[in-house]
Amino acid sequence: MTTMMATTGAGKSKSRFYFDLRSWLFWLIMAIWALPVVWLISMSFRDNADILSKFEVIPTKISMNGYAQFFADPTWIGSYMNSITYTLLNTVMSLIVALPAAYAFSRFTFSGDKHLFFWLLTNRMAPAAVFLLPFFQLYQAVDLFDTPLGVALAHMLFNVPLAVWILEGFMSGVPKQLDEIAEIDGYKFGRFFLTIFIPMIRSGIGVTAFFLFMFSWVELLIARTITSTDAKPIAAQMTRTVSASGIDWSLLSAAGVMTIIPGVIVIWFVRNYIAKGFALGRV
Amino acid sequence: MDGKKKNNRAWFLVLPVVFVVAFTAIIPLMAVANYSLQDIQGADNRLFVGLDFFKRVATDPNIQDAFVRNLTLSFQLLFIQIPLGIFLARLMPRSGWKASAALVVVAIPLIIPWNVIGTTWQIFTRSDIGLGGVMVNQFIDYNLSEDTTDAWATILVMDTWHWTPLVTLLVYAGLRSIPQAYYQAAAIDGASAMAVFRFVELPKLKRVLMIAILLRFMDSFMMYTEPFVVTGGGPGSSTQTLSILLTTIAIGQFDLGVAGAFSLMYFLFIQIFSFIFFTVLTLDERPGATKVTPKDKKKLGKDKQPKQPKPKKVLK
Repeated sequence: MTTMMATTGAGKSKSRFYFDLRSWLFWLIMAIWALPVVWLISMSFRDNADILSKFEVIPTKISMNGYAQFFADPTWIGSYMNSITYTLLNTVMSLIVALPAAYAFSRFTFSGDKHLFFWLLTNRMAPAAVFLLPFFQLYQAVDLFDTPLGVALAHMLFNVPLAVWILEGFMSGVPKQLDEIAEIDGYKFGRFFLTIFIPMIRSGIGVTAFFLFMFSWVELLIARTITSTDAKPIAAQMTRTVSASGIDWSLLSAAGVMTIIPGVIVIWFVRNYIAKGFALGRV
Repeated sequence: MDGKKKNNRAWFLVLPVVFVVAFTAIIPLMAVANYSLQDIQGADNRLFVGLDFFKRVATDPNIQDAFVRNLTLSFQLLFIQIPLGIFLARLMPRSGWKASAALVVVAIPLIIPWNVIGTTWQIFTRSDIGLGGVMVNQFIDYNLSEDTTDAWATILVMDTWHWTPLVTLLVYAGLRSIPQAYYQAAAIDGASAMAVFRFVELPKLKRVLMIAILLRFMDSFMMYTEPFVVTGGGPGSSTQTLSILLTTIAIGQFDLGVAGAFSLMYFLFIQIFSFIFFTVLTLDERPGATKVTPKDKKKLGKDKQPKQPKPKKVLK
């Protein structure tokens, strides 16, 4: 190891300026980072002829054509609602099965627990492409093809392991003495779990719900494969904006902006916990 | 994990998860294994072919190329995203409304559906109507659909844009968990910014960085949607990832045997990496592991020379 050298460079008088510089640099980078999204938003407020005829950074002619088309067409609204439906279903279903399992992993050792945990983990790492064909056949065989429930179930493939993982991290942060005291006080496990333990880790559950929502919302490959018309996700609908006259950029951008909105709303609620959630509750 | 009770009844608590994952993972995987071992011509006409498909996959030059290409891509992305993520996390404001605002802004690329990311970049990089494409075109002749270097660079930039925030958030969480006292101790010793990073922050970030590196490696190794939307794997096959190739074989050509064998080998490769990941992550939880106590960590911030003690440098 190298010896740590002392430097006298960072003097006290410079530190104030130094911190301001850091902050400015950060927001400058974020401004560059935002460009693609800003461009998408800007495009969504212009109409096609305008987009294709001239290049301009700030739209001079505001047009709501893209959004008007989006809201007027039932297939667009329908697919948007489909996405929200299966995403919410998936979030609720994943949480229900993952909560007891995460508790088991955080509190007990049992035969094969490490192997089971690892096996769950591998499903988070499974390439979606591997599952396309069998999913297509499986969901048709059990009559769940092209239903929101089917997509919700399919997304549990990667969301349940993730939920168990994050929740286990949060649950391990609660002292085990709590369980013991509750037991001495005569609480049955079910009552303890539902009325004491779950309320205690509600922020962890909130963060987990956000992650489940997010990963189900952003996934396209599986959702597209096991749906055709009735449960078509918004993301798949977006691949169909190509018509005889070319790509409908205005509608496509408007739909793109619409898909960003739910995420931004939920992210605001969990903003202080996102980082902890990404670290799987283990920071 | 100390202080856990041994209780096999805990299995009842994990049973629902086992059932669900069995349905969503085991049954489909068995079907894949089934495809890979048989040549299925029709409903009643199937022939057991053993490992033939596996041999074909292992020797297929297209698949070999895609494997090397994807591995190259994954490592290039790691080398860009991990340092950039750390850099950004260190710049992020740590308190007040600015911190909240920064968290939300940083996290935005992560909550955009993957094909919308693709669409956004498709629009952004168009050399006629896209801001990015037009800007780059002022300096070099940029053409995504014809020049392989341009296409590759676009994928790198797009994925960096999309996923560096994940690294940033993880590192940010790690940095926030470092007690202020560590920084004060380092300041008293007159440590340089570089030394503070190396001896105070890095040891604390080890765990989150491990998560970041392996999540990023694995997710980039199964990347599909974004390159598919932006370049479609082209020009030629220059940006074709393993997942794009597999989907083409499975859905496009409907070549079940090859797709099945390919899937299993792909899955196995990722499993091996997951195993390394899991082992490394739980290393300090195993019996007999050397625990780093807070006291040791504090020492790391100061002079630490376990092997050959040299005379201590006197601090100015």
